[in-house]
Amino acid sequence: MAKAKKKAPAKARPARKKTKAAKKKVAKKTATKKAKAASKKKTKSSTKKAKAGKKTTARKAAKKSKKTAPEAARVEEPAEQAVRMTRKGRPSIPATAEDMARRQRDISVAEFFMKNRHLLGFDNPRKALLTTIKEGVDNSLDACEEGGILPEVKVIIAPCKEENRFLVTIEDNGPGILKKQIPKIFAKLLYGSKFHRLKMSRGQQGIGISAAGMYGQLTTGKPIAITSKTARNKPAHHYKLEIDAKANEPRIIADEEVEWEASRGTKVEIELEAKFQKGRQSVEEYLEQTAIANPHVALQFTTPEGEVKDYPRAAKELPAETREIKPHPYGVELGVLIKMLHDTPARTLQSFLHTDFSRVSMRVAKQICETARLYERARPTRIARQEADNLFKAINSTKIMSPPTDCLSPIGEELILAGLKKQIEADFYTAVTRPPSVYRGNPFQIEAGIAYGGSIQADGLARVLRYANRVPLLYQQSACAISKSVLSTSWRNYALQQSSGALPSGPLVIMVHMASVWVPFTSESKEAIAHYPEIIKDIRLALQECGRKLAVFLRRRRKAAESERKKAYIQKYIPHVAIALREMLDLSERQEQAMVTQLTDILERSRA
Amino acid sequence: MNKIANRIKDTATSVRTKIQKRGKPTLSFPLRSLSNVTYQPKRGFLQLKGKKKTRTLTVATVKTFAQTLRMMSTAKNLVEDDEIMTKREAYYVSKNWDDARFDEQPESDTVLDDIEALFEVNREQLGFIPEEKGGEIAGQLVVIDRQPDTGKPLRIDCTQFGSGAYSIPISVEHLKFETKAKFILAIETAGMFQRLVKHSYWRKANCILVSMGGVPTRACRRFIRRLADELKLPVYAFVDCDPYGMFNIYRTLKVGSGNAAHINRYFCVPNARFLGVTPQDIIDYKLPTHPLKEVDIKRAKDALKNDPFVRHYKSWQDSITQLLNMGVRAEQQAFAVHDLNYVIEHYLPEKLRAVKAFLP
Repeated sequence: MAKAKKKAPAKARPARKKTKAAKKKVAKKTATKKAKAASKKKTKSSTKKAKAGKKTTARKAAKKSKKTAPEAARVEEPAEQAVRMTRKGRPSIPATAEDMARRQRDISVAEFFMKNRHLLGFDNPRKALLTTIKEGVDNSLDACEEGGILPEVKVIIAPCKEENRFLVTIEDNGPGILKKQIPKIFAKLLYGSKFHRLKMSRGQQGIGISAAGMYGQLTTGKPIAITSKTARNKPAHHYKLEIDAKANEPRIIADEEVEWEASRGTKVEIELEAKFQKGRQSVEEYLEQTAIANPHVALQFTTPEGEVKDYPRAAKELPAETREIKPHPYGVELGVLIKMLHDTPARTLQSFLHTDFSRVSMRVAKQICETARLYERARPTRIARQEADNLFKAINSTKIMSPPTDCLSPIGEELILAGLKKQIEADFYTAVTRPPSVYRGNPFQIEAGIAYGGSIQADGLARVLRYANRVPLLYQQSACAISKSVLSTSWRNYALQQSSGALPSGPLVIMVHMASVWVPFTSESKEAIAHYPEIIKDIRLALQECGRKLAVFLRRRRKAAESERKKAYIQKYIPHVAIALREMLDLSERQEQAMVTQLTDILERSRA
Repeated sequence: MNKIANRIKDTATSVRTKIQKRGKPTLSFPLRSLSNVTYQPKRGFLQLKGKKKTRTLTVATVKTFAQTLRMMSTAKNLVEDDEIMTKREAYYVSKNWDDARFDEQPESDTVLDDIEALFEVNREQLGFIPEEKGGEIAGQLVVIDRQPDTGKPLRIDCTQFGSGAYSIPISVEHLKFETKAKFILAIETAGMFQRLVKHSYWRKANCILVSMGGVPTRACRRFIRRLADELKLPVYAFVDCDPYGMFNIYRTLKVGSGNAAHINRYFCVPNARFLGVTPQDIIDYKLPTHPLKEVDIKRAKDALKNDPFVRHYKSWQDSITQLLNMGVRAEQQAFAVHDLNYVIEHYLPEKLRAVKAFLP
């Protein structure tokens, strides 16, 4: 409202009709209660305009338009007094600014997501189940890997008494969680360790598991239960938590110490309304794909029917530890730069550039200052207010080394092959790990793998497995940069069939993994990777490399088949040449046979 | 006939000898395309230039090679037994050949064409007869045929068919003719033929009328050719004024077709002349027209550029150019606009007064 007041005069002056509104306001000032009551009928916008106009333009307008006012009134009356009717047929009473102000208040993040749960992947009961498990497993794997432990994760889906209700349990052998941290981690949205750093990990924002708990609470009224143990000789903590949606704070329902046979680890139990299904985009598919991209993980899954499925470990080494990096100057936007200038503990501009960014040496920092015509010993906070714009331009016109890429931990060609071989039975496998690359100052690395033939379904289109930081992406395939890259690769060059604008067809599984310190998802539910040209280009290069290897295999195989076919072909038709010659030349059976032998010999020789 | 049987045998022997010498046997065919065709007015038909294509027995060709040889063997039997077989029957005979059988008739037709080209004879001489029926005759002609069962001579008077007509048989080689007619008029459409028969135009003009029914069949062309040769009669073609009438019908009648050039010497009528309808007639007789279709224009331009016959005659080139410039076509029945019998009473008599002016 304050904003509107400031801006309005400028707008109001040139517009004649607004003066009319202003004039009315003047009248209102001196009017009786009756008039006041009438003014309430004005629409919301007219009130705004009127209020805005009164300070500066009211008097002018009053002087000026003795003549014009009635005219204006005639013309504009209908718009001004547009009376909205309520359903009962009585004129409705528009809200005043004061009315509106009474209703305006803080919105908690928790409340926001409670209403917009689809943003986090809880659109429907089926997807909610998958998202819950996904968030739990992702957290477990991140924790295990950071703690240097080979992950063993158990997922149990148990049906509850009520229909369409399940108890989901995710249990890991990770390092456990300190007692005091448990409530905030599991029952406060946007709380976590991963948001404020640039490091390759599965989780990014610190929303996921708490959102899952909140979804459970919303649909069943049951709290989320956590059991965690950090060492063999320490007791296990058991918590039952709810989210206070209004305050986005945890509410502790139960807090006790329990016996737990596991030496360490964390167990999360959420009861939620859900739908269990098999096939595409199912929990099973998610776990299977997780097993492919994470061959070092041992997974166990218990279905609602009580069936136990094991996804054994295919590799004993943990992925290389990932390193946290500073942001690269190229990836920083102006607003972020200003914020960083404000927040930095550095005293001078030069040292700010050097310490808060990666790949900026003192020399490069000085160069940036010079390009921006800024004093290198200036205080960063002053720059933030006045010259951030110049600094921003200078950064982008200075040549700065690409960000370090040793912070990434790709799966690696060997392990991709191991993962594919473990889960998919095929005739041919290939994998490629691209050298790291950079988008918007964020290092990333693309890997691709292909499995062909064998038990993969031969009719129909290729199956695309998408991964971001080792997490399978199951939804929004068409919106994803990976899908776009697969579609825009010309697979016909690699001995595959592909109709225009479609995926290649044949018994083919294509896997693409993007590892990055910051994967640019298109939404908070992390289902699709945004279309950065650098990313698409690199995915395509990886796919092409895989494609070339596949083509060699396919062509060789086709050639062998062709050769077999030709041999059979020769044997099929040569006798007929001999028969015809026998008929025309009145030869004997023996002569005919001799001719078959000779001809076969001639053709076999020419084929080799 | 045994001459052909011997030629088949010679070819078979050469294949066998090559095999016995451990070499890849070959068959060589004249190349059948317009680029291998030339027109010599002295000889009067489109003939092969002599480019050959050789088919060597390899893995890729073994199937066709086997089929060609088996078909040759069939032809040899036909010739030796004086038997006939239609293309369709040949296709069914191949069903005895196990793996070498033909799946569709076009495949066997292609092989037949190959053999025809291989020996440079028309397939009728190999005992293969066409399915198609060719043309009808009315007018001053007596055809002397044989009774199929007894072989006794049979006189057929083509004036005695009333409102009907005599059908040209599929094989015409054994026929003999008697006539007092002055010329032969070959007509494109059955409709125009009917009109002329109805009003006994042949008596009025003392001629033989032939209905070609579109592009004349081999039998029809052969029949006209024999009439022209043995009775020494001129042949005049009366067709629509469009590129199809001029080149697909008239040109084929006169000099044979481009892709069967190996047999054109039997199936051409070198002394045929083009009576009409000419582009000039459209103007002179104020005929109603239709605009030229896109295919017409394409066909006309193609003829100007590639057809050895058209390229030989300046007058034809001029006519086509005239037609293209006019951008229209006219049918021979368009004369009905003036009067139903305008053709008989005015057009044909007027044209026949100036035979020398006919297009070649």
